[in-house]
Amino acid sequence: MARLSNDNVELAREIIGNYPRPKSALIPLLHLAQEQDGHLTDEAMAHIGELVGVSSAEVLGTASFYEMFKMEPVGRYMVNICTNISCQLRGGEELLAHAEKTLGIRPGQTTSDGLFTLEDVECIAACTEAPCLQVNYRYEHRISNEGFDQLVNDLRAGRRSDIPSHGVLAEVRQHIPEDRRAGVVTPEDKTAPVWVAAAGEGVK
Amino acid sequence: MAESEVTPVDGVAVEINGVEVIARKGELLIDAAERIGTYIPRFCYHERMNPVGMCRMCLVEVDTGRGPALQPSCMIECTPGMKADTESAVTKKAQDGILEFLLANHPLDCPVCDKGGECPLQDQTMAYGPGESRFVEEKRHKEKPIPISDLVLLDRERCILCDRCTRFAKEVAGDPLIHFIHRGNNTEVNTFPDEPFASYFSGNTVQICPVGALTASTYRFKARPWDLETTESTCQTCSVGCRISIDSSRDQVQRFAGVDIDPVNWGWLCDKGRFSSEVVTSDERLAEPLVRDGSGLVSAKWSDALGRFANALGNASSAQSIGVIGGSRLTNEDAYAWSKLFKGVLATDNVDAQLGDGLPAHVVLGLPSATIDEVCAPGGTVLLLGPDVKEELPVLFLRLRHAVVEDRVTIVEVSPRSSGISSLTAASVHPRPGETADVVAALMGLAAIDREIAGVSAEELEKARAALSASAGPITVVLGRASLAESASITVAAASAILNARPDTTFLSALRRSNVRGALDMGLAPGLLPGRVTLEDGAEWYAEVWPTMPSATGLDTEGILRAAADGRIDVLVLLGADPLSDFPDADLAERGLTGARTVLAVDTALNSSSKRADVVLAAAGFAEKSGTTTNIEGRVSTLSHRVTPPGTSRADWMLAAEVSSRLGTDLGFESFGDVLAEISAVAPAYLALDQAIAEGSPDGILLPLDVVVIIDEEDDDIVIIDETVTVSEDGAEVDVTADVVVEETDDDVEGLIEIISDDSDVAGSMPPFVQFMPIEAVVSPPVDSYGFRLVASRKLYDQGTLVQSAPSLAPLAAGSIVSLNPWEFDRLGVASGGRAIVRTAKASVNVTVQSDPGVPRGVAAMIVNQADGRVSDLVSTDELVAEVRIETAS
Repeated sequence: MARLSNDNVELAREIIGNYPRPKSALIPLLHLAQEQDGHLTDEAMAHIGELVGVSSAEVLGTASFYEMFKMEPVGRYMVNICTNISCQLRGGEELLAHAEKTLGIRPGQTTSDGLFTLEDVECIAACTEAPCLQVNYRYEHRISNEGFDQLVNDLRAGRRSDIPSHGVLAEVRQHIPEDRRAGVVTPEDKTAPVWVAAAGEGVK
Repeated sequence: MAESEVTPVDGVAVEINGVEVIARKGELLIDAAERIGTYIPRFCYHERMNPVGMCRMCLVEVDTGRGPALQPSCMIECTPGMKADTESAVTKKAQDGILEFLLANHPLDCPVCDKGGECPLQDQTMAYGPGESRFVEEKRHKEKPIPISDLVLLDRERCILCDRCTRFAKEVAGDPLIHFIHRGNNTEVNTFPDEPFASYFSGNTVQICPVGALTASTYRFKARPWDLETTESTCQTCSVGCRISIDSSRDQVQRFAGVDIDPVNWGWLCDKGRFSSEVVTSDERLAEPLVRDGSGLVSAKWSDALGRFANALGNASSAQSIGVIGGSRLTNEDAYAWSKLFKGVLATDNVDAQLGDGLPAHVVLGLPSATIDEVCAPGGTVLLLGPDVKEELPVLFLRLRHAVVEDRVTIVEVSPRSSGISSLTAASVHPRPGETADVVAALMGLAAIDREIAGVSAEELEKARAALSASAGPITVVLGRASLAESASITVAAASAILNARPDTTFLSALRRSNVRGALDMGLAPGLLPGRVTLEDGAEWYAEVWPTMPSATGLDTEGILRAAADGRIDVLVLLGADPLSDFPDADLAERGLTGARTVLAVDTALNSSSKRADVVLAAAGFAEKSGTTTNIEGRVSTLSHRVTPPGTSRADWMLAAEVSSRLGTDLGFESFGDVLAEISAVAPAYLALDQAIAEGSPDGILLPLDVVVIIDEEDDDIVIIDETVTVSEDGAEVDVTADVVVEETDDDVEGLIEIISDDSDVAGSMPPFVQFMPIEAVVSPPVDSYGFRLVASRKLYDQGTLVQSAPSLAPLAAGSIVSLNPWEFDRLGVASGGRAIVRTAKASVNVTVQSDPGVPRGVAAMIVNQADGRVSDLVSTDELVAEVRIETAS
């Protein structure tokens, strides 16, 4: 659990091949590393730097901008409870207080069994379904205190197979066929990208 | 207005504060304003880096026809009709606001901050700030300071996020090891965890930081800017000749900083140069002369030491039994004085400033030369045929890097292993050591590329040749010794092949030791006299100013050491040289030093060789004497006397004069100015140098000066029209444009010099400059498929006296390693990180093994002059190239 695994290096190369420049694959590769380890390890960031040809400091500089990339280990389930205005009016803060009590942790902390990390978040764009929360970025709408307890019990009992572990963005991985990939070309290379060529369109 | 009447080509008329200015096309508003004396405050803008508009301090009111609006003057180019007001109420309010904002979190710890007193934030707050702040909130507090490298400390609360250091690291140095992290409300500059800012150029960030956020560990809390006395000088750490300022306080050197001169260093320095300020104040410095008493060296009186020194020389059985090694670390004046003493008084020609690790003097001085600017000229093509410039001449690396990245320069590298610049090259080929000249001949089209040559595939060769032949114009070559385990004759053969194929090629010699070019120019090489003339050609010229002259060409360092080992050298003089550490063949150096009957040394500190001397004269060092120095281009710049030398040590030229007078000859020098005057009057390439220096030359003086005219002994009717001189030559009148016109000569040499010019049509009796002597290709020995060929290259930090007497730099010297291609590990049965024995016929060393894909197969790469396992034990100067075997260490 450090550098990218061999399988993930394969995937990383495929992802890099989707972009005209290797550096463009930086964020998708950070997601890949987070999917592997649940958070970004220093070793994985250094490895990504090697793969796309930038320094480790530049990888960290990019990764550390984004809240969704976690630099420290987090629980298997990242619970984000919205406390922004709509949710607040519909009991978001009370829900957060209840969650703190149920899980026995404060926002930003992880339960001792390593299952849950609690966070309060700004608006997650589901105001019509307030109060809402996300578990590993999967929505739970109109959550009551009882609903929250049920959710936690279900997660503990492994009854929520629809929610993957932290870091998994999509359960189905997209693969772009080789002939449709951008491929790594230099900016000076003015030949038409394969997807344009494949569609029979010329570049003016 | 006067300025607008003379419109420059592509000029753009703009109005700044009501004054019409003709800006150059593409010129930034901030630069155009500064050119007419209107300073716009700024933090992030730096004239040697791309603008980013980060700090907003340079906001000014600009009207481009759509009404005035605030715009950052570092980000907008002058356009026709642009009107800028840098002093309007709106501009002033913006400046107030920006400064109040920057100071919201910047601590007001100026009284304890090293930058206080020379801080752009402090100065500009006083000049342009609101005077008070509306912020009452607590400022941020962060751990202070944190080391981001061994030499640089970061105080994050002081940082104003101007992006200068990070831009420098990425754009200029190419080491993006510092970066903005936690961008947003908590943005800070930092490194990756456990990956320090270990750049050879890290010290520049300290110099360009506009606040006290980055400080150098060598200078922290050492002095206050208002106590500093500053003098401009020239860095003597390597031979690039970067212009620096020396700051001293209480007669102690405190720090060096880069000074921006256009032809050389652009304000940048490498860390070795910058932090070599510690060398001046080192505890190791000699403060008094030493003489051998019984078994040890003890302090002596000057009269005693000088007496013994002169006696040893005077009692030598013949001129040929005196050998002199070193002189590359001296000023030109020192070198000239020693040259005059040894060649002109003692008549020995066994004098060599190089230690078998450079190139023959006729190569350095005789090849058609290129300046750094010519090498880096936009769109040019450069062949690198020498050492790793990043390790040996770091600021030249910065210039070459800029040339590639910004100025479309094509670099083709031919080196025995990959180097710090390989990633920037259009092609980088690594011939088998010993066979470089074959590859160069093929690249120059002198041999067909139909097969692999010297281990380089035909495909790679074709790519490199295509890159070289793509340039229609002449190419430039950076020429030096890539590996001390290879004979210099290979480099000479390669240069011969290049000149043969492309006679318009120009060369920049990549020699490393500070004033080595000046020492050669001053005749500290066998067969040479001062001013780039040979002994043969110049003997007559010097006959009137020097008492005597060597009768024949003498020995170089290798020859001197061999003669000494055979007992043919009575007196071996070391002028700041350490052959035991620096000569490529340590065994020969050892035998030479043992075999010499008397060893005399002149040095600023004891080194492993001078510890064995019978007399050691204590010399004043850098910053402790005035003088001139000559860089790799042949550019002369001045060295300044800033502090008092330690104890009673004194300048080398004084020592030479003292020794000479004890030998019964007055050298005629009472001041360094006397020496410079004599050089300027007699040394052909240096004629009129003193006058050019007196006229002021911030960029240094590229020698030889175009034309120097000195009044003829017979008729004084040389017509001087401005800088054009009409001279009479064989009845015809010739117009010559002069850099310097000398109207009067020194009495001593009047009548000697008639008309001097590098234009052969008007050359008088001056001897010709040294010519390059091409050689045929050398035949390399057959490949031993079980063995490896040794590559011995240098790193910036080594066990040399200079690095080791700077406490901050000394620990940065990596130990000895042998680097091998990862493919070799299985067949050898060694592992990366393990130990191996590297063996030649004469010795073996036990070193750590490192895997390095930049080393070709069949090559063992080692670093010269590192602790544990000296490469010089393995190298034998008899061999063209060193063959080694590698065995597992049990």
